[in-house]
Amino acid sequence: MKIKDTLENYCFVLPAITIFTVFYIIPFFWVFQLGLFDWDGILPTKIFVGLANFKEIIFQDKSWWQSMGNAGWVTLIALTFQNALAFLLAMACDREMKMKNFYRVIFFIPPVLSEIVVGMVWGFIINDVSGANIINRMLIGIGLPQLAHSWLNDPKTALTTVAIVHCWKGFGWGFLIFLAGLQTIPRELYEAARVDGANAWQQFKGITMPLMVPVIVLVAILTVLGTMQAFALIIGLVGGELGGHTSVPVLRILASMRGSSRFGYACAQGITFGVVLVMISFIQYRFSQKGKHN
Amino acid sequence: MNTSFYYKTKKISINVLIHAFLLAVAVTCLFPLLWMIASSFKTQETIFSDISLIPKQFHFMNYWIAIKECDFGRYFLNSIFYTVSVVCGIVIVSSLAAYAFSRFKFPGKNIFFYMFMAAMMIPIPGSFVALYILLNKLHLRNTPLGYILCMINVGLSTSIFLLKTFFDKMPKELEDAARIDGCSKLGIWWHVALPLSGPVLAVVVVFNALAVWNEYILALIIFDTKTSMPLQVALQTFQGEFVTNYPLLMAGLTIAAVPIIILYLVMQKYIIKGVTQGAVVG
Repeated sequence: MKIKDTLENYCFVLPAITIFTVFYIIPFFWVFQLGLFDWDGILPTKIFVGLANFKEIIFQDKSWWQSMGNAGWVTLIALTFQNALAFLLAMACDREMKMKNFYRVIFFIPPVLSEIVVGMVWGFIINDVSGANIINRMLIGIGLPQLAHSWLNDPKTALTTVAIVHCWKGFGWGFLIFLAGLQTIPRELYEAARVDGANAWQQFKGITMPLMVPVIVLVAILTVLGTMQAFALIIGLVGGELGGHTSVPVLRILASMRGSSRFGYACAQGITFGVVLVMISFIQYRFSQKGKHN
Repeated sequence: MNTSFYYKTKKISINVLIHAFLLAVAVTCLFPLLWMIASSFKTQETIFSDISLIPKQFHFMNYWIAIKECDFGRYFLNSIFYTVSVVCGIVIVSSLAAYAFSRFKFPGKNIFFYMFMAAMMIPIPGSFVALYILLNKLHLRNTPLGYILCMINVGLSTSIFLLKTFFDKMPKELEDAARIDGCSKLGIWWHVALPLSGPVLAVVVVFNALAVWNEYILALIIFDTKTSMPLQVALQTFQGEFVTNYPLLMAGLTIAAVPIIILYLVMQKYIIKGVTQGAVVG
Protein backbone atom coordinates (compact mmCIF):
# COMPACT_ATOMS: atom_id res chain seq x y z
CA MET A 1 0.00 0.00 0.00
CA LYS A 2 2.77 2.38 0.99
CA ILE A 3 4.75 1.64 -2.19
CA LYS A 4 1.71 2.09 -4.37
CA ASP A 5 1.05 5.42 -2.69
CA THR A 6 4.60 6.63 -3.28
CA LEU A 7 4.48 5.53 -6.92
CA GLU A 8 1.23 7.42 -7.36
CA ASN A 9 2.87 10.53 -5.94
CA TYR A 10 5.82 10.17 -8.32
CA CYS A 11 3.42 10.03 -11.27
CA PHE A 12 2.44 13.64 -10.51
CA VAL A 13 5.99 14.94 -10.85
CA LEU A 14 7.14 12.50 -13.52
CA PRO A 15 6.13 14.57 -16.61
CA ALA A 16 7.79 17.70 -15.22
CA ILE A 17 10.98 15.89 -14.20
CA THR A 18 11.24 14.06 -17.54
CA ILE A 19 10.93 17.24 -19.61
CA PHE A 20 13.26 19.09 -17.25
CA THR A 21 15.91 16.35 -17.38
CA VAL A 22 15.86 15.98 -21.15
CA PHE A 23 15.64 19.67 -22.07
CA TYR A 24 17.50 21.35 -19.22
CA ILE A 25 19.86 19.07 -17.27
CA ILE A 26 21.27 17.08 -20.21
CA PRO A 27 21.91 20.20 -22.36
CA PHE A 28 23.39 21.91 -19.28
CA PHE A 29 26.06 19.22 -18.87
CA TRP A 30 26.60 18.92 -22.62
CA VAL A 31 27.51 22.60 -22.77
CA PHE A 32 30.30 21.96 -20.23
CA GLN A 33 31.45 18.80 -22.01
CA LEU A 34 31.38 20.25 -25.52
CA GLY A 35 33.31 23.32 -24.39
CA LEU A 36 36.38 21.05 -24.23
CA PHE A 37 36.02 19.79 -27.81
CA ASP A 38 36.49 21.02 -31.33
CA TRP A 39 33.43 19.93 -33.29
CA ASP A 40 31.58 21.12 -36.35
CA GLY A 41 28.21 19.78 -35.20
CA ILE A 42 27.92 17.21 -38.02
CA LEU A 43 30.89 14.82 -38.06
CA PRO A 44 30.67 11.88 -35.64
CA THR A 45 34.22 12.55 -34.37
CA LYS A 46 34.89 15.25 -31.85
CA ILE A 47 38.47 16.34 -31.19
CA PHE A 48 39.35 16.81 -27.54
CA VAL A 49 41.21 20.10 -27.15
CA GLY A 50 41.05 20.59 -23.39
CA LEU A 51 40.94 24.24 -22.40
CA ALA A 52 42.12 25.51 -25.80
CA ASN A 53 38.71 27.01 -26.58
CA PHE A 54 38.77 29.00 -23.36
CA LYS A 55 42.35 30.13 -23.98
CA GLU A 56 41.36 31.36 -27.43
CA ILE A 57 38.32 33.21 -26.07
CA ILE A 58 40.22 34.90 -23.27
CA PHE A 59 43.48 35.76 -25.05
CA GLN A 60 42.77 35.98 -28.77
CA ASP A 61 39.12 36.58 -29.54
CA LYS A 62 39.00 40.36 -29.94
CA SER A 63 35.50 40.40 -31.40
CA TRP A 64 34.29 38.50 -28.31
CA TRP A 65 35.63 41.11 -25.91
CA GLN A 66 34.38 43.84 -28.21
CA SER A 67 30.90 42.32 -27.95
CA MET A 68 31.26 42.09 -24.15
CA GLY A 69 32.16 45.79 -24.09
CA ASN A 70 29.14 46.59 -26.27
CA ALA A 71 26.79 44.71 -23.95
CA GLY A 72 28.46 46.43 -21.00
CA TRP A 73 27.85 49.87 -22.47
CA VAL A 74 24.17 49.13 -23.19
CA THR A 75 23.84 47.73 -19.66
CA LEU A 76 25.43 50.83 -18.14
CA ILE A 77 22.93 53.07 -19.93
CA ALA A 78 20.04 50.79 -18.93
CA LEU A 79 21.23 50.77 -15.29
CA THR A 80 21.46 54.54 -15.06
CA PHE A 81 19.12 56.17 -17.56
CA GLN A 82 16.40 53.52 -17.80
CA ASN A 83 16.21 52.85 -14.07
CA ALA A 84 16.37 56.54 -13.14
CA LEU A 85 13.51 57.24 -15.55
CA ALA A 86 11.53 54.29 -14.17
CA PHE A 87 12.11 55.50 -10.61
CA LEU A 88 11.12 59.09 -11.40
CA LEU A 89 7.93 57.95 -13.13
CA ALA A 90 7.10 55.67 -10.21
CA MET A 91 7.60 58.54 -7.76
CA ALA A 92 5.34 60.74 -9.89
CA CYS A 93 2.63 58.07 -10.00
CA ASP A 94 2.89 57.19 -6.32
CA ARG A 95 0.91 60.27 -5.25
CA GLU A 96 -2.84 60.14 -5.10
CA MET A 97 -3.51 60.36 -8.78
CA LYS A 98 -6.58 59.90 -10.91
CA MET A 99 -4.78 58.68 -13.98
CA LYS A 100 -2.39 56.30 -12.20
CA ASN A 101 -3.88 53.23 -13.80
CA PHE A 102 -3.90 54.79 -17.25
CA TYR A 103 -0.18 55.50 -17.07
CA ARG A 104 0.53 52.08 -15.64
CA VAL A 105 -1.22 50.39 -18.55
CA ILE A 106 0.48 52.55 -21.21
CA PHE A 107 4.00 52.27 -19.75
CA PHE A 108 3.87 48.48 -19.77
CA ILE A 109 2.96 48.20 -23.47
CA PRO A 110 6.60 48.28 -24.74
CA PRO A 111 7.70 45.45 -22.38
CA VAL A 112 5.01 43.06 -23.65
CA LEU A 113 6.05 43.48 -27.29
CA SER A 114 8.65 41.17 -28.81
CA GLU A 115 12.20 42.41 -29.23
CA ILE A 116 12.03 41.65 -32.96
CA VAL A 117 8.92 43.80 -33.43
CA VAL A 118 10.32 46.66 -31.34
CA GLY A 119 13.65 46.48 -33.18
CA MET A 120 12.05 46.56 -36.61
CA VAL A 121 9.61 49.37 -35.83
CA TRP A 122 12.38 51.53 -34.35
CA GLY A 123 14.68 50.56 -37.23
CA PHE A 124 12.07 52.02 -39.56
CA ILE A 125 11.75 55.15 -37.41
CA ILE A 126 15.47 55.88 -37.14
CA ASN A 127 17.37 54.01 -39.81
CA ASP A 128 15.60 53.28 -43.07
CA VAL A 129 17.97 52.98 -46.03
CA SER A 130 16.58 55.90 -48.00
CA GLY A 131 17.33 58.19 -45.06
CA ALA A 132 13.84 59.67 -45.12
CA ASN A 133 13.01 58.50 -41.62
CA ILE A 134 10.87 60.46 -39.21
CA ILE A 135 13.56 61.24 -36.62
CA ASN A 136 15.87 62.80 -39.21
CA ARG A 137 12.96 64.76 -40.67
CA MET A 138 12.14 66.12 -37.23
CA LEU A 139 15.77 67.12 -36.68
CA ILE A 140 15.79 68.97 -39.99
CA GLY A 141 12.42 70.47 -39.12
CA ILE A 142 13.66 71.96 -35.83
CA GLY A 143 16.76 73.36 -37.53
CA LEU A 144 19.36 70.75 -36.63
CA PRO A 145 20.09 69.18 -40.04
CA GLN A 146 23.70 68.52 -39.07
CA LEU A 147 22.48 65.90 -36.55
CA ALA A 148 20.43 64.01 -39.13
CA HIS A 149 22.33 60.90 -40.21
CA SER A 150 22.14 57.15 -40.35
CA TRP A 151 22.04 56.51 -36.62
CA LEU A 152 22.62 52.78 -36.67
CA ASN A 153 25.18 52.68 -39.47
CA ASP A 154 27.47 55.24 -37.90
CA PRO A 155 29.76 53.33 -35.48
CA LYS A 156 29.84 56.38 -33.19
CA THR A 157 26.10 56.47 -32.56
CA ALA A 158 25.03 52.88 -33.28
CA LEU A 159 25.52 51.39 -29.83
CA THR A 160 23.96 54.26 -27.91
CA THR A 161 20.99 54.20 -30.30
CA VAL A 162 20.54 50.51 -29.50
CA ALA A 163 20.75 51.33 -25.79
CA ILE A 164 18.08 54.05 -26.04
CA VAL A 165 15.68 51.71 -27.85
CA HIS A 166 16.42 49.07 -25.22
CA CYS A 167 15.54 51.57 -22.49
CA TRP A 168 12.31 52.45 -24.31
CA LYS A 169 11.35 48.79 -24.25
CA GLY A 170 12.41 48.15 -20.67
CA PHE A 171 11.61 51.12 -18.45
CA GLY A 172 7.95 50.16 -17.98
CA TRP A 173 8.98 46.97 -16.24
CA GLY A 174 11.22 48.75 -13.73
CA PHE A 175 8.49 51.34 -13.26
CA LEU A 176 5.97 48.67 -12.21
CA ILE A 177 8.32 47.12 -9.65
CA PHE A 178 9.40 50.50 -8.23
CA LEU A 179 5.77 51.60 -7.97
CA ALA A 180 4.82 48.38 -6.16
CA GLY A 181 7.76 48.97 -3.80
CA LEU A 182 6.82 52.59 -3.13
CA GLN A 183 3.26 51.60 -2.32
CA THR A 184 4.39 49.28 0.48
CA ILE A 185 5.86 52.27 2.37
CA PRO A 186 3.35 53.17 5.11
CA ARG A 187 1.85 56.63 4.53
CA GLU A 188 2.00 57.35 8.28
CA LEU A 189 5.79 57.62 8.05
CA TYR A 190 5.47 60.57 5.67
CA GLU A 191 2.76 62.19 7.80
CA ALA A 192 4.88 61.89 10.92
CA ALA A 193 7.85 63.38 9.10
CA ARG A 194 5.72 66.26 7.84
CA VAL A 195 4.51 66.98 11.37
CA ASP A 196 8.16 67.11 12.42
CA GLY A 197 8.72 69.70 9.69
CA ALA A 198 10.63 67.59 7.15
CA ASN A 199 10.50 68.97 3.62
CA ALA A 200 10.00 66.86 0.48
CA TRP A 201 13.73 66.29 -0.08
CA GLN A 202 14.31 65.27 3.55
CA GLN A 203 11.36 62.86 3.35
CA PHE A 204 12.82 61.36 0.18
CA LYS A 205 16.28 61.01 1.71
CA GLY A 206 15.15 59.83 5.12
CA ILE A 207 12.22 57.54 4.28
CA THR A 208 11.86 56.69 0.61
CA MET A 209 15.47 55.92 -0.28
CA PRO A 210 16.41 53.71 2.71
CA LEU A 211 13.22 51.65 2.36
CA MET A 212 13.64 51.30 -1.39
CA VAL A 213 17.25 50.03 -1.34
CA PRO A 214 16.30 46.30 -1.56
CA VAL A 215 13.94 47.00 -4.48
CA ILE A 216 16.60 49.08 -6.26
CA VAL A 217 19.19 46.31 -5.83
CA LEU A 218 16.74 43.73 -7.17
CA VAL A 219 15.89 45.84 -10.21
CA ALA A 220 19.60 46.51 -10.79
CA ILE A 221 20.49 42.79 -10.74
CA LEU A 222 17.62 41.87 -13.06
CA THR A 223 18.48 44.78 -15.38
CA VAL A 224 22.09 43.60 -15.68
CA LEU A 225 21.15 39.97 -16.30
CA GLY A 226 18.46 40.91 -18.82
CA THR A 227 20.41 43.56 -20.71
CA MET A 228 23.67 41.62 -20.97
CA GLN A 229 21.75 38.77 -22.62
CA ALA A 230 19.56 40.90 -24.91
CA PHE A 231 20.19 40.32 -28.60
CA ALA A 232 16.94 39.91 -30.59
CA LEU A 233 16.35 43.66 -30.39
CA ILE A 234 19.65 44.19 -32.22
CA ILE A 235 18.72 41.63 -34.89
CA GLY A 236 15.48 43.54 -35.44
CA LEU A 237 17.19 46.94 -35.48
CA VAL A 238 20.11 46.24 -37.80
CA GLY A 239 18.41 43.48 -39.77
CA GLY A 240 20.96 40.68 -39.46
CA GLU A 241 22.20 37.99 -37.12
CA LEU A 242 25.71 39.44 -36.90
CA GLY A 243 24.86 42.80 -35.42
CA GLY A 244 27.80 44.68 -37.00
CA HIS A 245 29.21 47.39 -34.73
CA THR A 246 26.59 46.47 -32.20
CA SER A 247 27.32 42.79 -31.78
CA VAL A 248 26.73 41.34 -28.30
CA PRO A 249 27.92 38.06 -26.67
CA VAL A 250 24.81 36.01 -27.50
CA LEU A 251 25.13 37.05 -31.15
CA ARG A 252 28.79 35.95 -31.10
CA ILE A 253 27.74 32.55 -29.71
CA LEU A 254 25.12 32.29 -32.45
CA ALA A 255 27.74 33.25 -35.05
CA SER A 256 30.20 30.62 -33.77
CA MET A 257 27.49 28.00 -34.03
CA ARG A 258 25.75 28.95 -37.28
CA GLY A 259 28.36 31.01 -39.06
CA SER A 260 31.60 29.13 -38.48
CA SER A 261 30.12 25.79 -37.31
CA ARG A 262 32.31 25.66 -34.22
CA PHE A 263 29.93 24.08 -31.73
CA GLY A 264 32.56 23.44 -29.04
CA TYR A 265 33.78 27.01 -29.24
CA ALA A 266 30.20 28.31 -29.03
CA CYS A 267 29.64 26.28 -25.84
CA ALA A 268 32.89 27.58 -24.34
CA GLN A 269 31.75 31.13 -25.10
CA GLY A 270 28.43 30.35 -23.42
CA ILE A 271 30.19 29.09 -20.28
CA THR A 272 32.54 32.10 -20.15
CA PHE A 273 29.59 34.43 -20.49
CA GLY A 274 27.53 32.54 -17.90
CA VAL A 275 30.40 32.74 -15.39
CA VAL A 276 30.72 36.49 -15.97
CA LEU A 277 26.96 36.93 -15.41
CA VAL A 278 26.94 34.91 -12.19
CA MET A 279 29.96 36.86 -10.92
CA ILE A 280 28.34 40.23 -11.64
CA SER A 281 25.11 39.35 -9.85
CA PHE A 282 27.06 37.92 -6.92
CA ILE A 283 29.06 41.15 -6.56
CA GLN A 284 25.86 43.20 -6.74
CA TYR A 285 24.27 40.98 -4.12
CA ARG A 286 27.26 41.36 -1.78
CA PHE A 287 27.14 45.12 -2.22
CA SER A 288 23.49 45.15 -1.18
CA GLN A 289 24.25 43.04 1.91
CA LYS A 290 27.01 45.46 2.90
CA GLY A 291 24.61 48.35 2.42
CA LYS A 292 22.13 46.69 4.77
CA HIS A 293 24.60 46.33 7.63
CA ASN A 294 25.86 49.90 7.54
CA MET B 1 -4.83 84.42 2.67
CA ASN B 2 -1.82 85.29 0.57
CA THR B 3 0.20 82.32 1.76
CA SER B 4 -2.65 79.86 1.10
CA PHE B 5 -2.97 81.25 -2.42
CA TYR B 6 0.77 80.78 -2.83
CA TYR B 7 0.63 77.15 -1.70
CA LYS B 8 -2.37 76.41 -3.92
CA THR B 9 -0.67 77.81 -7.02
CA LYS B 10 2.50 75.95 -6.12
CA LYS B 11 0.60 72.70 -5.71
CA ILE B 12 -1.29 73.11 -8.99
CA SER B 13 1.81 73.98 -10.97
CA ILE B 14 3.68 70.97 -9.54
CA ASN B 15 0.77 68.73 -10.55
CA VAL B 16 0.71 70.21 -14.05
CA LEU B 17 4.44 69.61 -14.41
CA ILE B 18 4.13 66.01 -13.22
CA HIS B 19 1.28 65.30 -15.61
CA ALA B 20 3.16 66.92 -18.50
CA PHE B 21 6.13 64.65 -17.75
CA LEU B 22 3.99 61.50 -17.49
CA LEU B 23 2.01 62.38 -20.63
CA ALA B 24 5.17 63.03 -22.62
CA VAL B 25 6.48 59.58 -21.70
CA ALA B 26 3.10 58.01 -22.51
CA VAL B 27 3.14 59.63 -25.96
CA THR B 28 6.68 58.33 -26.51
CA CYS B 29 5.41 54.84 -25.66
CA LEU B 30 2.54 54.99 -28.08
CA PHE B 31 4.01 56.91 -31.01
CA PRO B 32 6.12 54.09 -32.55
CA LEU B 33 3.11 51.76 -32.50
CA LEU B 34 0.76 54.31 -34.05
CA TRP B 35 3.46 55.09 -36.62
CA MET B 36 3.76 51.37 -37.41
CA ILE B 37 0.00 51.00 -37.88
CA ALA B 38 -0.27 54.21 -39.92
CA SER B 39 2.61 53.18 -42.18
CA SER B 40 1.04 49.78 -42.79
CA PHE B 41 -1.83 51.53 -44.58
CA LYS B 42 0.40 53.61 -46.85
CA THR B 43 1.95 52.57 -50.14
CA GLN B 44 5.54 52.38 -51.22
CA GLU B 45 5.02 55.74 -53.01
CA THR B 46 3.27 57.60 -50.21
CA ILE B 47 5.21 56.23 -47.21
CA PHE B 48 7.86 58.94 -47.45
CA SER B 49 5.67 61.78 -48.76
CA ASP B 50 2.65 61.33 -46.49
CA ILE B 51 4.06 61.68 -42.98
CA SER B 52 0.74 62.10 -41.20
CA LEU B 53 -0.30 59.71 -38.44
CA ILE B 54 -3.67 59.23 -40.16
CA PRO B 55 -3.01 58.39 -43.82
CA LYS B 56 -4.97 60.33 -46.42
CA GLN B 57 -5.94 57.05 -48.05
CA PHE B 58 -6.11 53.67 -46.39
CA HIS B 59 -4.54 50.91 -48.46
CA PHE B 60 -5.65 47.58 -47.08
CA MET B 61 -3.76 45.90 -49.91
CA ASN B 62 -0.64 45.52 -47.73
CA TYR B 63 -2.48 43.21 -45.37
CA TRP B 64 -3.91 41.24 -48.27
CA ILE B 65 -0.44 40.80 -49.81
CA ALA B 66 1.14 40.00 -46.44
CA ILE B 67 -1.42 37.32 -45.61
CA LYS B 68 -1.88 35.79 -49.08
CA GLU B 69 1.40 36.17 -50.91
CA CYS B 70 3.90 36.40 -48.08
CA ASP B 71 2.17 33.65 -46.10
CA PHE B 72 1.67 35.68 -42.92
CA GLY B 73 -1.70 33.98 -42.48
CA ARG B 74 0.10 30.68 -42.05
CA TYR B 75 2.78 32.12 -39.71
CA PHE B 76 0.04 33.69 -37.63
CA LEU B 77 -1.75 30.35 -37.28
CA ASN B 78 1.59 28.66 -36.47
CA SER B 79 2.19 31.18 -33.67
CA ILE B 80 -1.32 30.64 -32.33
CA PHE B 81 -0.87 26.86 -32.46
CA TYR B 82 2.50 26.94 -30.64
CA THR B 83 1.26 29.39 -28.03
CA VAL B 84 -1.89 27.39 -27.24
CA SER B 85 -0.09 24.01 -27.17
CA VAL B 86 2.78 25.21 -24.98
CA VAL B 87 0.50 27.03 -22.53
CA CYS B 88 -1.80 23.98 -22.18
CA GLY B 89 1.25 21.76 -21.69
CA ILE B 90 2.75 24.03 -19.05
CA VAL B 91 -0.54 24.37 -17.14
CA ILE B 92 -1.04 20.60 -16.91
CA VAL B 93 2.58 19.53 -16.27
CA SER B 94 3.45 22.32 -13.84
CA SER B 95 0.20 22.18 -11.84
CA LEU B 96 0.53 18.40 -11.41
CA ALA B 97 4.09 18.81 -10.16
CA ALA B 98 3.34 21.85 -8.00
CA TYR B 99 0.41 20.04 -6.38
CA ALA B 100 2.62 17.06 -5.54
CA PHE B 101 5.39 19.32 -4.19
CA SER B 102 2.86 21.09 -1.99
CA ARG B 103 0.75 18.18 -0.70
CA PHE B 104 2.49 14.81 -1.03
CA LYS B 105 5.48 13.16 0.60
CA PHE B 106 7.94 11.18 -1.48
CA PRO B 107 11.69 10.52 -1.35
CA GLY B 108 13.79 13.17 -3.09
CA LYS B 109 10.99 15.72 -3.07
CA ASN B 110 13.12 18.59 -1.84
CA ILE B 111 16.02 17.80 -4.16
CA PHE B 112 13.72 17.88 -7.18
CA PHE B 113 12.06 21.09 -6.06
CA TYR B 114 15.35 22.91 -5.46
CA MET B 115 16.54 21.71 -8.84
CA PHE B 116 13.66 23.52 -10.50
CA MET B 117 14.33 26.61 -8.42
CA ALA B 118 18.04 26.59 -9.25
CA ALA B 119 17.14 26.49 -12.95
CA MET B 120 15.30 29.79 -12.45
CA MET B 121 18.45 31.48 -11.13
CA ILE B 122 21.34 30.11 -13.21
CA PRO B 123 21.74 31.70 -16.63
CA ILE B 124 23.14 29.40 -19.35
CA PRO B 125 23.49 31.64 -22.39
CA GLY B 126 24.83 28.86 -24.63
CA SER B 127 22.10 26.33 -23.92
CA PHE B 128 20.55 26.75 -27.36
CA VAL B 129 23.68 25.19 -28.89
CA ALA B 130 23.18 22.02 -26.83
CA LEU B 131 19.43 22.01 -27.46
CA TYR B 132 20.10 22.09 -31.20
CA ILE B 133 22.31 18.98 -30.92
CA LEU B 134 19.86 17.23 -28.61
CA LEU B 135 16.91 17.79 -30.93
CA ASN B 136 18.97 16.59 -33.88
CA LYS B 137 19.74 13.35 -32.03
CA LEU B 138 16.09 12.84 -31.08
CA HIS B 139 15.04 13.64 -34.68
CA LEU B 140 12.87 16.40 -33.23
CA ARG B 141 14.62 19.35 -34.85
CA ASN B 142 12.53 21.15 -37.47
CA THR B 143 9.38 19.63 -35.96
CA PRO B 144 6.60 21.46 -34.09
CA LEU B 145 6.76 18.83 -31.32
CA GLY B 146 10.45 19.56 -30.65
CA TYR B 147 9.78 23.27 -30.38
CA ILE B 148 6.72 22.78 -28.15
CA LEU B 149 8.59 20.50 -25.72
CA CYS B 150 11.53 22.93 -25.51
CA MET B 151 9.19 25.81 -24.80
CA ILE B 152 7.25 23.85 -22.15
CA ASN B 153 10.58 23.35 -20.38
CA VAL B 154 11.37 27.09 -20.57
CA GLY B 155 8.19 28.01 -18.68
CA LEU B 156 8.18 25.09 -16.25
CA SER B 157 10.25 26.33 -13.29
CA THR B 158 8.54 29.68 -12.78
CA SER B 159 5.08 28.16 -13.21
CA ILE B 160 5.79 25.39 -10.69
CA PHE B 161 7.05 28.00 -8.25
CA LEU B 162 4.00 30.26 -8.60
CA LEU B 163 1.53 27.37 -8.34
CA LYS B 164 3.29 25.70 -5.41
CA THR B 165 3.31 28.97 -3.46
CA PHE B 166 -0.42 29.24 -4.10
CA PHE B 167 -1.23 25.62 -3.15
CA ASP B 168 0.79 26.01 0.08
CA LYS B 169 -1.53 28.80 1.21
CA MET B 170 -4.73 27.11 0.05
CA PRO B 171 -6.86 25.58 2.86
CA LYS B 172 -6.97 21.78 2.76
CA GLU B 173 -10.55 21.30 4.02
CA LEU B 174 -12.17 21.01 0.59
CA GLU B 175 -9.63 18.43 -0.50
CA ASP B 176 -10.17 16.44 2.70
CA ALA B 177 -13.92 16.48 2.07
CA ALA B 178 -13.38 15.23 -1.48
CA ARG B 179 -11.07 12.47 -0.22
CA ILE B 180 -13.69 11.28 2.29
CA ASP B 181 -16.18 11.20 -0.58
CA GLY B 182 -13.85 8.72 -2.29
CA CYS B 183 -12.18 11.02 -4.81
CA SER B 184 -8.78 9.85 -6.12
CA LYS B 185 -5.68 12.05 -5.90
CA LEU B 186 -5.89 12.83 -9.59
CA GLY B 187 -9.59 13.58 -9.18
CA ILE B 188 -8.91 16.00 -6.33
CA TRP B 189 -6.25 17.79 -8.41
CA TRP B 190 -8.61 18.13 -11.35
CA HIS B 191 -11.93 18.82 -9.58
CA VAL B 192 -10.79 20.76 -6.51
CA ALA B 193 -7.25 22.14 -6.70
CA LEU B 194 -7.25 23.40 -10.31
CA PRO B 195 -10.62 25.20 -10.20
CA LEU B 196 -9.60 26.93 -6.96
CA SER B 197 -6.30 28.19 -8.38
CA GLY B 198 -7.97 30.30 -11.08
CA PRO B 199 -6.26 33.64 -10.30
CA VAL B 200 -2.73 32.20 -10.21
CA LEU B 201 -3.42 30.05 -13.28
CA ALA B 202 -4.36 33.26 -15.10
CA VAL B 203 -0.94 34.70 -14.26
CA VAL B 204 0.76 31.51 -15.45
CA VAL B 205 -1.27 31.46 -18.69
CA VAL B 206 -0.72 35.12 -19.57
CA PHE B 207 3.01 35.15 -18.86
CA ASN B 208 3.70 31.98 -20.77
CA ALA B 209 1.50 33.09 -23.66
CA LEU B 210 3.51 36.32 -23.92
CA ALA B 211 6.79 34.42 -23.70
CA VAL B 212 5.89 31.88 -26.40
CA TRP B 213 4.38 34.43 -28.78
CA ASN B 214 7.49 36.62 -28.51
CA GLU B 215 10.08 33.79 -28.43
CA TYR B 216 12.76 34.06 -31.07
CA ILE B 217 16.07 32.23 -30.58
CA LEU B 218 14.82 28.64 -30.22
CA ALA B 219 12.42 29.04 -33.13
CA LEU B 220 15.33 30.40 -35.19
CA ILE B 221 17.61 27.42 -34.61
CA ILE B 222 14.90 24.73 -34.60
CA PHE B 223 12.97 25.51 -37.79
CA ASP B 224 14.45 25.28 -41.31
CA THR B 225 11.14 24.80 -43.09
CA LYS B 226 9.46 28.14 -43.65
CA THR B 227 5.97 26.67 -43.45
CA SER B 228 6.30 25.72 -39.77
CA MET B 229 7.93 28.96 -38.57
CA PRO B 230 6.21 31.22 -36.04
CA LEU B 231 5.76 34.95 -36.73
CA GLN B 232 8.88 36.32 -35.05
CA VAL B 233 11.29 34.28 -37.17
CA ALA B 234 9.21 34.72 -40.33
CA LEU B 235 9.36 38.50 -39.84
CA GLN B 236 13.13 38.44 -39.77
CA THR B 237 13.34 36.26 -42.89
CA PHE B 238 10.87 38.60 -44.55
CA GLN B 239 12.93 41.65 -43.62
CA GLY B 240 15.97 40.03 -45.18
CA GLU B 241 14.14 39.40 -48.46
CA PHE B 242 12.09 42.58 -48.89
CA VAL B 243 14.37 45.02 -47.21
CA THR B 244 12.82 48.19 -48.61
CA ASN B 245 9.14 47.31 -48.77
CA TYR B 246 8.32 49.12 -45.56
CA PRO B 247 4.50 49.27 -45.85
CA LEU B 248 4.42 45.49 -46.23
CA LEU B 249 6.86 44.97 -43.34
CA MET B 250 4.79 47.30 -41.14
CA ALA B 251 1.66 45.28 -42.00
CA GLY B 252 3.51 42.11 -40.94
CA LEU B 253 4.68 43.75 -37.71
CA THR B 254 1.14 44.93 -36.96
CA ILE B 255 -0.13 41.37 -37.43
CA ALA B 256 2.51 40.19 -34.92
CA ALA B 257 1.99 42.99 -32.37
CA VAL B 258 -1.77 43.55 -32.24
CA PRO B 259 -2.83 40.18 -30.75
CA ILE B 260 -0.34 40.52 -27.91
CA ILE B 261 -1.43 44.10 -27.17
CA ILE B 262 -5.07 42.98 -27.06
CA LEU B 263 -4.22 40.05 -24.77
CA TYR B 264 -2.31 42.47 -22.55
CA LEU B 265 -5.12 45.03 -22.37
CA VAL B 266 -7.68 42.34 -21.53
CA MET B 267 -5.49 40.61 -18.93
CA GLN B 268 -3.44 43.59 -17.68
CA LYS B 269 -4.65 43.09 -14.10
CA TYR B 270 -2.95 39.68 -13.98
CA ILE B 271 0.19 40.85 -15.76
CA ILE B 272 0.75 43.72 -13.34
CA LYS B 273 0.10 41.35 -10.45
CA GLY B 274 2.51 38.80 -11.86
CA VAL B 275 5.33 41.28 -12.40
CA THR B 276 5.07 42.76 -8.94
CA GLN B 277 4.66 39.34 -7.26
CA GLY B 278 7.54 37.85 -9.21
CA ALA B 279 9.69 40.76 -8.13
CA VAL B 280 8.78 40.39 -4.49
CA VAL B 281 9.65 36.69 -4.58
CA GLY B 282 12.91 37.15 -6.47
